[in-house]
Amino acid sequence: MKTDTIAAIATAMSDSGIGIIRVSGNEAVEIVNKVYQNVRHENILKKYKSHTIHYGFIVEEDGTVLDEVMISVMKAPRSYTMEDTVEINCHGGVLMMQKILSLVMKAGARIAEPGEFTKRAFLNGRIDLSKAEAVMDIIHAKNEFALKSSVKQLKGSVYEKIKNLREEILFEIAFIESALDDPEHISLDGYSEKLSDKLENIIMKLDKLLYSADNGKMLKEGINTVILGKPNVGKSSLLNLLAGKERAIVTDVAGTTRDILEETIILDQIALNMIDTAGIRNTEDVVEKIGVEKARNISKEADLILYVIDGSAVLDESDEDIIRMISGKNTIILLNKSDLQEVTDIQSVIDVMRKVMKYDVTVSSKDDSCYKIEGFDYPVYIIKTSTKKEDGMELLTTLIKDMFFHGELIYNDEVYITNARHQEALYDARQSMEEVRKSLEMNMPEDFYSIDLMNAYTSLGFIIGEEVGDDLVNEIFSKFCMGK
Amino acid sequence: MPNIREKVDVCVVGAGHAGCEAALACARLGLETVIFTVSIDSVALMPCNPNIGGTSKGHLVREIDALGGEMGKNIDKTFIQSKMLNQSKGPAVHSLRAQADKADYSRAMRKVLENQEHLTLKQAEVCEILAKDYKEKDFVGKKIIGIKTFTGTVYECQAVILCTGTYLKARCLCGEAITYTGPNGLQPANHLTDSLKELGVEMRRFKTGTPARMDKRSIDFSKMEEQFGDERVIPFSFTTNPEDVQIDQVSCWLTYTNEKTHDIIRNNLDRSPIYAGIIEGTGPRYCPSIEDKVVKFADKERHQVFIEPEGLHTNEMYVGGMSSSLPEDVQLAMYRTVPGLEHCKIVRNAYAIEYDCIDSRQLYPSLEFKSIKGLFSGGQFNGSSGYEEAAAQGLIAGINASMSIQGKEPIILDRSQAYIGVLIDDLVTKENKEPYRMMTSRAEYRLLLRQDNADLRLRQIGYEVGLVSEDLYQSCLFKKKQIDQEIERLKNTVVGAAKENQDFLISHGSTPLKTAANLAELMCRPELSYEILSAIDPLRKALPNDVIEQVEIEIKYEG
Repeated sequence: MKTDTIAAIATAMSDSGIGIIRVSGNEAVEIVNKVYQNVRHENILKKYKSHTIHYGFIVEEDGTVLDEVMISVMKAPRSYTMEDTVEINCHGGVLMMQKILSLVMKAGARIAEPGEFTKRAFLNGRIDLSKAEAVMDIIHAKNEFALKSSVKQLKGSVYEKIKNLREEILFEIAFIESALDDPEHISLDGYSEKLSDKLENIIMKLDKLLYSADNGKMLKEGINTVILGKPNVGKSSLLNLLAGKERAIVTDVAGTTRDILEETIILDQIALNMIDTAGIRNTEDVVEKIGVEKARNISKEADLILYVIDGSAVLDESDEDIIRMISGKNTIILLNKSDLQEVTDIQSVIDVMRKVMKYDVTVSSKDDSCYKIEGFDYPVYIIKTSTKKEDGMELLTTLIKDMFFHGELIYNDEVYITNARHQEALYDARQSMEEVRKSLEMNMPEDFYSIDLMNAYTSLGFIIGEEVGDDLVNEIFSKFCMGK
Repeated sequence: MPNIREKVDVCVVGAGHAGCEAALACARLGLETVIFTVSIDSVALMPCNPNIGGTSKGHLVREIDALGGEMGKNIDKTFIQSKMLNQSKGPAVHSLRAQADKADYSRAMRKVLENQEHLTLKQAEVCEILAKDYKEKDFVGKKIIGIKTFTGTVYECQAVILCTGTYLKARCLCGEAITYTGPNGLQPANHLTDSLKELGVEMRRFKTGTPARMDKRSIDFSKMEEQFGDERVIPFSFTTNPEDVQIDQVSCWLTYTNEKTHDIIRNNLDRSPIYAGIIEGTGPRYCPSIEDKVVKFADKERHQVFIEPEGLHTNEMYVGGMSSSLPEDVQLAMYRTVPGLEHCKIVRNAYAIEYDCIDSRQLYPSLEFKSIKGLFSGGQFNGSSGYEEAAAQGLIAGINASMSIQGKEPIILDRSQAYIGVLIDDLVTKENKEPYRMMTSRAEYRLLLRQDNADLRLRQIGYEVGLVSEDLYQSCLFKKKQIDQEIERLKNTVVGAAKENQDFLISHGSTPLKTAANLAELMCRPELSYEILSAIDPLRKALPNDVIEQVEIEIKYEG
């Protein structure tokens, strides 16, 4: 395969001790040869054997030595991209790495697009698409959980699950098609009932994958966490406390956070996209009104809501508004300011909820300091905190971790689909299976829904980078006896 | 002695199903055409199964007919049983299949060729393809100048269409007995392959097979299930009057193999040329020999066997489902284990046949060779199998040879236009490791490519090419207009929730209306049809059946 040669800084752009510049493509060796000399100042990189490492210098056009380096040469196809690859191990420091990179550019390479090395590895057949995407996820993983998931994907567990599903679907298509092509040898009598059962099973598996795709999205990009509450209950203090630095403006004047503040924080290895909102209250202040409206909209998109209540004050209409906003959301209610005299207790929160939701909610104890409010479709917890005294932060952290990784959402042994494209393809496959279901209910003929089955098969193929090709014809002939 | 030199426009090599369509197309388009065959008695021969049509193949025949080909008309004249397959399934996979009287089919086609203006039928083996080096803008290669027969006659021409079927270096195998002949012991064509190789054509070897034929008098039909034709026969050709095909039909018979049959096969596999490694050609997976079925599907306790008449004036019966290349003694023993065949007498043994053909990726979608201008090919020579696949390619090769001579653009059908488009696209773009058979599953746009609408899809192309007459084209346009108008009318005819309407719906097991609906909407309901709705559609005009059929299918498919 003839491609141009690409180069990029492979290590982090930071002031670390060592940096690597990777060059890949047909002319990788020739290009680096132009800028590299050994100790005897000879340009003989081309003579080096594959998979060897060499000491030497990066030299500018006028002969000035730029850096002392180690060069590794990996010739095609035994490299990550399956192309000739040269890696320059140079001294770190953003400036030096950029200088060397621009020298390599001048010598004939082109700057690599993000992920292009992996793309080439995929195009050259070294890794399958889901592995390629998982590598991209490693590059972009924001935290250890996402990394774990990406690695798992790299091992091919998504590949396995999708592959098995595809095989199941293909078998059904092949059966239908062989019967359509050879109706005198293969009968479809009673087939639709059989398919109905199998269909439900396949849909269930797709749902599971889709569900973990949702989780995967949260893991990779962080959990969208929205802090809600009335003005001056300690929302911004909470954010500052969690972020570990002064971010929001914290004053004693109610309504100082007029807009939305966003901050990604890593809480015990879990990435949270924290969104602090303006306090919610009935207000005449135009700016503040806009802020409230924004908070309302943003909370609709939230994965988790932290609802902060001032425990030293009474609940009012604004709290009722907020309770309406949290319905249907994973929520942790923080009964804050526990350092002050308790005016509102857990029971009074429950009472307001009963009144607003118009159905019964009860409270059960998860442990001594954490209560679960029962009666919602989504988990709702209530804990006592004091942002001033930094009390209850550990409890909050543990609770969040529990909720997302061990409790209400599946984490441990599930497959993560960490990419929107995967999710879309899965969704398409799910839709196609839904069409099959509809066709079965309407007693449509087999040749009709076999097309939807094929669509599902094709969609799932996108995820693992496989095209349909002759799969069906091969399956028909290997599984069913066609006769003449 | 000086050789004869003739001058024509087109030479067609081979008078099988591809060759006949190719030659007829060229001659009908006004080109002076010669069609060569090694035996005049084998024109449009059906050396294997006695059927035309079948799943997806029936579609091909309809499309050939819509484009102005001959196959559909010829089977309508000579069929002895007909069935619409897959009637319990959707209209897209309905497929016509007819049993042919083989001898009649061949004779009728020969008559058509003999009576065709501009066409000469010639018994001769073509041994050499004559071409010269040729260069023009964007092309460096060869160009056809003629052909040479075994007896030395040269025919100068502008285009050659190769439709050699299974005759090139053919070899028939029946166990240890190997004969170097074409099908049915006919003379093979042993010289052409070398000439093609010299022109740079790459050759490959495929194989196929056929079951034994039996003497009807030796079969006990009482042990078999009788298979009837349809009560109302639908013709293949859009030009055949449906009343003309309501004939007395013959029956086919169904029986089964059993464990005894399979044991005999298993115990003698070492004597099968395929399993002994004598056969080099690649066989088709969709019509496996009985040996293959027993080996590959070892867990199947029985396989179906269809006993089908070869014609009205012969005692020969075709044993469908049991093709074989086992030796004669094993064949007889194996057939005699099948209920009804205990005392069977074999008229012709089953055999496998090997032949030279090409990887059709050497062709353009016009079916012209990429490297040789004026050389076209169709049928089994292109690595396909089946009479219908052959005829379809022959027709397109014939049309495009003519287009090329007349300086016009080739006809290339899209995958979304016709099964023929799918067939040719697959052949010229995909690697085929076995003889290619048409299948409905290969057509992505299957719901649109129905056998019932082949005329609406392709008549216009046939007309523009010049193979469809003005009259036929106008009647197709009229049919289209009637369909469109009727669909429009149904969509605009609103049915209110009056009591008689509600009673009508309830009486047909349908839910009553909540709001007014149009007739097209009601027709989308599975339990209602065009015919049923006539009760609440007083303004309806009488329309031909084929128009009603299209209206019904189009409305139901849309919904």
